[in-house]
Amino acid sequence: MGGLDIFGFGPGGWGFALLQGAAMTLLVSACGLLIGATIGGFVAWARLSGALLAGAAGQAYAALFRGLPELLIVYFVYFGTSTLLTAAAHAAGYEGFVGVPAFAAGALAVGVISGAYQAEVFRAAYRAIVRGELEAAISVGMNRALMFRRIIAPQVMRFALPGLGNLWQVALKDSSLISVTGLTELMRVSQVGAGSTHRPFAFYLGGAALYLVMTLATTRLFDAAEARATRGMRRAAG
Amino acid sequence: MDWGFVSATFDKLIGALPLTLAVWALSVILGALVAAGVTWMRVSGSKPLIALARAYVAVFRGTPLLIQLFIVYYGLASLPAVRASVFWPFLRNAFDCAVLSLALCTAAYQAEIFRGALLAVPPGQVEAARACGMSGLILFRRIIFPIALRHALPAYSTEMISMVKATALVSLITLWDVMSVALKIRNDTLVTYLPLIIAGAIYFAVNYIIGAAFLGLERRLSPHLKPRPS
Amino acid sequence: MLAATPALTVEKMHKRFGPLEVLKGVSLTANDGDVISILGSSGSGKSTFLRCINLLEIPDEGVVTVAGETIEMRRRRDGRAEPADRRQVDRIRSELGMVFQSFNLWSHLTVLENLIEAPVHVQKRPRAECVEEARALLAKVGIADKWSYYPAHLSGGQQQRAAIARALAMRPKVMLFDEPTSALDPELVGEVLRVMRALAEEGRTMLVVTHEMGFARDVSTRVMFLHQGLVEAEGPPDELFSGSTSDRFRQFISKERG
Repeated sequence: MGGLDIFGFGPGGWGFALLQGAAMTLLVSACGLLIGATIGGFVAWARLSGALLAGAAGQAYAALFRGLPELLIVYFVYFGTSTLLTAAAHAAGYEGFVGVPAFAAGALAVGVISGAYQAEVFRAAYRAIVRGELEAAISVGMNRALMFRRIIAPQVMRFALPGLGNLWQVALKDSSLISVTGLTELMRVSQVGAGSTHRPFAFYLGGAALYLVMTLATTRLFDAAEARATRGMRRAAG
Repeated sequence: MDWGFVSATFDKLIGALPLTLAVWALSVILGALVAAGVTWMRVSGSKPLIALARAYVAVFRGTPLLIQLFIVYYGLASLPAVRASVFWPFLRNAFDCAVLSLALCTAAYQAEIFRGALLAVPPGQVEAARACGMSGLILFRRIIFPIALRHALPAYSTEMISMVKATALVSLITLWDVMSVALKIRNDTLVTYLPLIIAGAIYFAVNYIIGAAFLGLERRLSPHLKPRPS
Repeated sequence: MLAATPALTVEKMHKRFGPLEVLKGVSLTANDGDVISILGSSGSGKSTFLRCINLLEIPDEGVVTVAGETIEMRRRRDGRAEPADRRQVDRIRSELGMVFQSFNLWSHLTVLENLIEAPVHVQKRPRAECVEEARALLAKVGIADKWSYYPAHLSGGQQQRAAIARALAMRPKVMLFDEPTSALDPELVGEVLRVMRALAEEGRTMLVVTHEMGFARDVSTRVMFLHQGLVEAEGPPDELFSGSTSDRFRQFISKERG
């Protein structure tokens, strides 16, 4: 099977497999980003709260996960969650090893890393909100929950979009490291295909091309979202 | 806690640190050279050069480093043209492939840092220099570069640390860096977390030192950002 | 008696930005010791005129001669003008001292380092000599004790005075001032104007684009009023300010008086 046939969709063609891998990459990255947003939100809140212990813990979390290699974190989360699950199973009476699904471990690893950076994005976005707007909200009688929902959260999302767009790209690329757990995302599929057909150059190049398409397409999406979210804000900048 | 084991593990991991640092240093330096070239293309004013520079940055920042690494190490090695070429002695060597691939990747990020730094130089100060008769190399060396450098330092520090973390990937192309030694110890002794934790501590310490060094450099070069003397 | 070579002459300068012609043939002759205030509303081309003299903007037509040396220009293939000799441009620029509206001191250098930077690296003068001269100049503009400060630590007025000293450190034949006080808080304008007045009284040749009518009337030896790229009125200040024949100029000064 020569030329570009291996990428085809017929029998022996890897086209479907690669596209499925890409879909898996998108899925696990998206889950990772969401987990990261949750963690990042918590850490940002901890640091903004002014409470010394929470702030220090938040800072330590961010410093830790920004100073460790992503590959190391992937291994650690993968082994760690399996161990925890096995221990829990043993406590419940089940014998033997329980492995955590690679998808869950992978998304968690990406999320844990992303969270450390998202915390910083959210923190900066919150501080970019004009204090006067919050005062206005209080003076019309909004309570804290309402103010958060209607004023703070939307504005934080607006300011955070550029940073988040960047971190989404990072999550997409970090997801390739999950291949070491065996999850059949794009990197793993490329690897398997390369080994199976003895055409590593073609497969890795093809995989890279698919990653590039995903990156460029999602950048467009984020730019569009940014433009929509910041409409009406341009006037201030003149 | 078996301190003997901890100590032995630590020694083994530290023994792999020189390789990690060598890959890091060489790829950063090579990457800086390539980045300088890409930046030069980007500010050249020539449309084809600018397009080429932008494409380079988009490709190397838009694809995972792992796949770039595999293309260089596994992919290129499978091409008959490469095997016959003068580059083969380098491209069959995992270390050289690692340095090359990491360098090409960091070059894209460094090029963006350089570009941002150059844009941050206040045009008025460049004009004042030109009005005094400065141009060309003197203008770049005495005015543009020093100011751009100060703007680039924070982002450059982050990139240096990212590169240390990136070296962990060379464990997947048969190099015995800190990461692969940690995994080997795990495989041999079935102790899962201790080797990874100690390896993590070593990486963290290296990154901390780099961060502190850059912070010190930033402080030294920016007395003009400190409060005024009394 | 032989006429001395003028310090600066500009002949029929034209400058277009795209379809807009900003300078439509402006000429000027400055002899040694002349202090020429260039006035005009925004859009009149006065700043562009000044910036074309030291080629920060490239004039489309016109001849600039500094102390007898003419800046060589040539035409590119696409018809646009450009200087023929980069080295000559650098050299002539080093003989013209420019002071900018936004000071433009180099932020990574101290005040003293700002003053000696060009003398040492462009004029290749010995460093010790440049330092000594710089200190004297700083004393002259009134900020001798600030030599080790960074520009960010100085007030606007102090920065502009340092910028004037920096221009003086080049031992320029002609000084060009591009709205030197327009970016200053009102209470800081005076200290800069005082320095400029002292320079004028010393006999320096100065071209000053300004909105400060007091300076134009009391300190300059000539006033040039630009309107839409052409010289609308020119002459000694008393002539222009007390009874100019130009309606536009009279309108202009009554508006500036507020």
